[in-house]
Amino acid sequence: MSWIENRFEEGLMVTSLDWAINWGRTSSIWPMTFGLACCAIEMMAVGASRFDIDRFGAGAFRATPRQADLMIVAGTVTYKMASRLKRLYNQMPDPKYVIAMGACTIGGGPYFKYGYHVVKGVDLVVPVDVYIPGCPPRPEALLEGLMRLQDKIKSQTRAKDPISRVRTEVLAN
Amino acid sequence: MSEIALETRPDPLAGTDKSEQGDVRTEEMLVNMGPQHPATHGVLRIVLRTDGELVLEAVPHIGYLHRCAEKIGENLAPYQYIPYTDRMDYLAGMNNNQAFAIAIERLAGVEVPLRAQYIRVMFAELNRIASHLVAFGTYGLDMGAFTPFLYAFREREMILDLFESACGARLTYSYITIGGVTDDLPDRFLEVLDEFMDYFEPKIDEYNQLLSFNQIFVKRTADVGVISAEDAVRWALTGPVLRASGVNWDLRKSTPYEIYDRFDFDIPIGLPGGSEGVPRAVVVGDSWNRHIVKVWEMRQSCRIIRQAMEQMPEGPHIAAKTKNLKLPDDEIYIEIENPRGQLGFYVRGDGTQIPSRVKVRGPSFCNISVLNHIGSGCLLADIPAIVGSIDIVMGECDR
Repeated sequence: MSWIENRFEEGLMVTSLDWAINWGRTSSIWPMTFGLACCAIEMMAVGASRFDIDRFGAGAFRATPRQADLMIVAGTVTYKMASRLKRLYNQMPDPKYVIAMGACTIGGGPYFKYGYHVVKGVDLVVPVDVYIPGCPPRPEALLEGLMRLQDKIKSQTRAKDPISRVRTEVLAN
Repeated sequence: MSEIALETRPDPLAGTDKSEQGDVRTEEMLVNMGPQHPATHGVLRIVLRTDGELVLEAVPHIGYLHRCAEKIGENLAPYQYIPYTDRMDYLAGMNNNQAFAIAIERLAGVEVPLRAQYIRVMFAELNRIASHLVAFGTYGLDMGAFTPFLYAFREREMILDLFESACGARLTYSYITIGGVTDDLPDRFLEVLDEFMDYFEPKIDEYNQLLSFNQIFVKRTADVGVISAEDAVRWALTGPVLRASGVNWDLRKSTPYEIYDRFDFDIPIGLPGGSEGVPRAVVVGDSWNRHIVKVWEMRQSCRIIRQAMEQMPEGPHIAAKTKNLKLPDDEIYIEIENPRGQLGFYVRGDGTQIPSRVKVRGPSFCNISVLNHIGSGCLLADIPAIVGSIDIVMGECDR
């Protein structure tokens, strides 16, 4: 890229489109307000004064799935709730991510054996990007999970993006 | 939602002129509020039958968080079931541990050491404060005020630090267990708690300045969702919801369990407007009173904690034999005062270690049943004010 150097004024940055888009997506993840059970209280604590998830650009909790990028499934998913959860996930615009917070959403947790009404893992219902173990996970753990999700977003590229490829195919047909 | 029930409900526009109704009357519409809604405090679903802005009927639908708690209790030994009681009312884990522990102790005849009882009462009251702080903060959120939420969580984190130093957990403690508490108090705990109480008590006035006596907040909540004292008793309401209707009933005073009879404290009840600095628009039993009773209860909890710290005796923190208890062929039902109301445990033993029946009487479950009674006939924007003031936790409502 030597021919481009010194051709423009100061303040202009040259980078790849991937980097620019990923930077934007990484630093403005908007989660959906979706508290199910005990983990939701820790999710509230992350949004509150001491832990302040806003520092990582993910503090704009949206009440509607149509404005959200990230679904933090915080709490036990029951069979009655699973269909609603799936519908909420389908209402979110692409690209969308899911964090499974807590033991219940990972695999039923303490309700695995006798919980006849508990879904044994939210990944049976929606695809999950990051799993955060704990019952409930500490707020620091949720922040760590968010940073791992940001790493994942940073590594994405338009060229191999399966979502955009599917969309192109749909449009072509 | 039976048709017969709808016929008997009074028409909110009855008595008004037909020509005036033209602008207000619209087509009836069913609106689903929840299970994913920021103002329903979890996964409550309310089906609203609306007529324009008027709510004709508000039917709560529950069961989205049914986690089989009672069935699990019939499959595990009591000390294994203690962690599940944490997850029922997850804002007041200590109080739930305490209720189940007392039930098993009375059934199996376990003698609790005096020091353990003082520690239990201290932690139960601290958890009551923490729970009311969340109720205070989220009620502000429901009414459109974000800042009180940050203030409430600032102090709540300090209480959680105290809990963490004693038992290592922030939310699901399992600290109060059968026969006492799992560990003795850590070093310097009482000094740190004393510092916290000195810090916390002036903050209660700050909360009132910030939210409770805010003009906008009072307009949103005063005279909204009024429950009369008779109705509150008839609907089996308990806790701050009952006391806001002017009924002086608190299990800590009326039938003291553990050592609550050794402490000097008052029971705050709902007050009519104009008395003792209460805003004029307020009516006994409305949403504002349900809110302020919780704030006043925080101050009474502080008094109990201070007295418990002074009287704290030395001794063991747990009874000698607490595990592998054989439950006698007998039954027991006890109720204690949760932050949300009376939490009852019915346990039936059959001579083995595992109870043959565990039944929970949840305060949230009983309190939410009044929603249709007070919600029908109000405006759509009042529904979050009513639901927030009843202060339900769905984990314990659905169990």
